[in-house]
Amino acid sequence: MATILTDAPEAPVERQPNHAERYVGARRFSFGSLLALIFLSVLAIYFLMPLYWLVIASTKDNSDLFGTFGLWFGQFNLFANLSQLFTFENGIFIRWIENTALYAGVGGAASTLISVMAGYAMAKFKFFGQNLIFALVLGAVLVPITTLALPIYLLESKMGITSTYWALLLPSLLNPLGVYLARIYIAASVPDELIAAARIDGASEWRIFQSVVLPVMVPGMVTIFLFQFVAIWNNFFLALVVLNDPNLFPLNLGLATWNFDPASHQLLYNLIVTGSLVSVLPLIVLFLFLQRFWRSGLTFGGLTG
Amino acid sequence: MASKTDLVVDAAQTPPARARRATLGGRMSGLPRWLRFQWATPYLFLAPFLILFVVFFFLPFAYDISQSFYKEVRSGLGLSAPKVVWNGLNNYTQVLQDPAFRDAIKRVLIYGIVQIPLMMGVALIIALLMDSATIRFRNFFRVTAFIPYAVPTVVAAIMWGFFYTPNISPITALFVNAHVPPPDFLGPQTVLWSIANISTWEFTGFNMIIFYSALQAIPQEIYEAGRVDGLSEIGIARFLKVPMILPALVMGLLFSLIGTIQLFNEPEILTRMSGAISSTYTPNIDAYNVAFVKTNYYYGGAIVAILGILTFVFSFGFLRLTRRQSGV
Repeated sequence: MATILTDAPEAPVERQPNHAERYVGARRFSFGSLLALIFLSVLAIYFLMPLYWLVIASTKDNSDLFGTFGLWFGQFNLFANLSQLFTFENGIFIRWIENTALYAGVGGAASTLISVMAGYAMAKFKFFGQNLIFALVLGAVLVPITTLALPIYLLESKMGITSTYWALLLPSLLNPLGVYLARIYIAASVPDELIAAARIDGASEWRIFQSVVLPVMVPGMVTIFLFQFVAIWNNFFLALVVLNDPNLFPLNLGLATWNFDPASHQLLYNLIVTGSLVSVLPLIVLFLFLQRFWRSGLTFGGLTG
Repeated sequence: MASKTDLVVDAAQTPPARARRATLGGRMSGLPRWLRFQWATPYLFLAPFLILFVVFFFLPFAYDISQSFYKEVRSGLGLSAPKVVWNGLNNYTQVLQDPAFRDAIKRVLIYGIVQIPLMMGVALIIALLMDSATIRFRNFFRVTAFIPYAVPTVVAAIMWGFFYTPNISPITALFVNAHVPPPDFLGPQTVLWSIANISTWEFTGFNMIIFYSALQAIPQEIYEAGRVDGLSEIGIARFLKVPMILPALVMGLLFSLIGTIQLFNEPEILTRMSGAISSTYTPNIDAYNVAFVKTNYYYGGAIVAILGILTFVFSFGFLRLTRRQSGV
């Protein structure tokens, strides 16, 4: 899988249109660009409509959810929904938010650091067993951890850590794709000369990693972090299998149990809808806020041996 | 790695060279003696990852395979405790001959054959449009397409589930208002494509961003050359841009392929709303139900092993294939 390479992370994100492109851009109302604009607008509606619906739906109570048209407001009950959401079952939803911040946020950050350390070792050192470890990393990229949810559960129950935070947190720290990407980023953007110079200046190996490698790696690390954050968020299968105690659930498992619960299903519709909105918004804001970083870290292209 | 020079630490260095480095590294003298040797450095950086890899990848896989050769036997009346006995490869032959498991595999394959090219095609077209200068509101369109990736799949499935549920769906309401019989999104013929829609909604933008980033990295002079040679904008896209981002296309396809074989979240969430999603609907749902509803870990172990090997063979085979065909 030696097919990915990235530009140096500091590569310009948005290039200026060149002369020819500016000339083409001047023909603003050509048929082709009108067609493209329509195509993109239809897609934009497709991508935004469910979220628009979610915003509208979170302002409705249960009877309005069924009784009024989905794409327009009924009676405004957003604040009633929110207060019901945050107080339901002694504020379990707040607990789920905190748990998600722990699993995906803290877990994602720790996982990123671990991946970058491993990627650094593989990009800038020669050592015995290097090829074997690289093959293992690739194999683990190709077989995602979802496959192993069942045996991980069995092993964790032998270790006695099922239904503890560790049950979901520890497996979430493993991120072979992150190691793979970090190795490419570091090989492309950290000059060997810089490391050698720091070594001659007498810096310790950890110091070199900390003050030479990490600063250059910030865009790449943001990308790896966001990938892993989303991967942990989406690893619903593992959470479903290893956690029994609702107090330990992440948001997605919590919302799913409300959604699954046949007895209270209809009664909880407004909570499921409002809870979905609350769990989605911070993430979208985070993505938009970090755009500058992940877009420059995401430059795939070309190839590497 | 041709870029590696002798400046890179080499564990095979001669001892005097190593010693010289050690004396140069004055601050290293505070470390314990065994840490001062440079051969240990890469292993120390790798250690956290390797420990995690062994505990949460290698061991589970080995344990799973070892379990898959056993089965639980209950005595005639089920009065005494069940015994675990050696079962050889019987679990495997049973899984492979199970029509429900075969159907599940077939189902995700059909799903992948339709959904992956569709999603990749749309993502590629958006990326090419984003990369051409004639498009207005570029930032808006790019951000809009990417936003669904920030929505966790479980939440996306719950949200679309409401769109598919007759009493609550605004789409159904629109059909009813127009006096047209509304489509049944959750029926046995349609639910697979309703699931495909959720994945497409989620991951089109993700793939688009990967393709777009690759396009942005191509030097502009190449396009100038194409224009001088009389290529139209579409010709430039077709003959210059697409071939140059093949590695990114391979990458996107690979992730989609793995995701498809592992399909679980969306159908599992929709189970409550659609009777058409059985307990063996996808291989992963099958494994989940065998292991945790029927608590047959041994048989479930065989399903997991087959699925893991299948995923590896598919993705590895795909990489080999594309490497030859695209010269990558």
